[in-house]
Amino acid sequence: MEIPYTDKPRPDTGLYNAKLGIWLFLASEIMLFGGLFSAYILLRVNAAEGVWPAVKLAWPHGLLNIPIGTFNTAVLITSSVTVVLAWASLKMNNFARFRMFMVITVFCALSFLGIKSYEYNEKFTHYELRLNDGKAYTGHLIVNGEHPGFWDFSKVYNLEQLKAKTNVTSIKFTADPEKAEGHGHGEAGAHEHKELDLKTDQIAHLDAFLPRNHTFFAIYFTITALHGLHVLGGALVLAYFAFPGAKLWKTHPEQFTNRIEVGGLFWHFVDLVWIFLFPVVYLL
Amino acid sequence: MSLKAFHIVFVGASVLLMLGLAGFSFGEYRETGSPLSLLWSGLALVAASGLLVYGRYFLRKLKHISFL
Repeated sequence: MEIPYTDKPRPDTGLYNAKLGIWLFLASEIMLFGGLFSAYILLRVNAAEGVWPAVKLAWPHGLLNIPIGTFNTAVLITSSVTVVLAWASLKMNNFARFRMFMVITVFCALSFLGIKSYEYNEKFTHYELRLNDGKAYTGHLIVNGEHPGFWDFSKVYNLEQLKAKTNVTSIKFTADPEKAEGHGHGEAGAHEHKELDLKTDQIAHLDAFLPRNHTFFAIYFTITALHGLHVLGGALVLAYFAFPGAKLWKTHPEQFTNRIEVGGLFWHFVDLVWIFLFPVVYLL
Repeated sequence: MSLKAFHIVFVGASVLLMLGLAGFSFGEYRETGSPLSLLWSGLALVAASGLLVYGRYFLRKLKHISFL
């Protein structure tokens, strides 16, 4: 049985079926991400006043690396340009250029994911520390001369794990420069990194920047990981179109071009989500 | 909406983002005096201009393709 309206528009909708289908799917995606964005903004505006970590319930503003986030934004914008050029190449009957632009798009997607995983690693090896005397710091932990790493989960410490290690009675902590009120990036009023030598019984709370640590990390990891899964899914589909799925070009070129358009629409949606996500999460 | 129309929307959103980033970085520069923030603001303005030029080029190049 032949699937109808894969290359010609359906008379009642004026669109070929896959285009109508992708827009219905994207409408459901807008609701999914819209809910998460709303949750983020409500949590952000209702957070306590003050500078985190000194004020425990304040919003940890300025923890994300803006240059890296901007670079990733540029990578995704480039990938949107190349995916549309791939589609335009097919419209101009140039399959070799299509494949080249598709490969660049997939490369950009994988680069984005690589950079994002580097950022995740930075967060998973960064700590919040509260002492019994009420002082609070963020920074990096050194236990027995080692920085606990992300990939070895047995080394991701919180206070209970640290105390359970009977051979550990003291740690070193490289504290980040203190932030002044209203300055997100520790530039104004910034001091030098401080080295602290601490006994474990001086510590009231210690935890890495994991989702369990703070509402900010919970919502940040939820939204960015969901977005990352969309990037991965999109990259797999585009890679399929560029290589094994490209056989369709020989038998049904118009249907294949429409498939690329549908893939490109999904890819643009994923990139547009990031265009909103970047300023909301990194800058505000 | 075709990929062409969605791409125009996307480029428009990217231009707005870059203008916003330029404004944000300039605000940081005024607060902190950091030359890096000023450089960042300038780069974002250049990126916004580049995207505008690209958007015009894209529209001219694909004028035979429908927006639907």
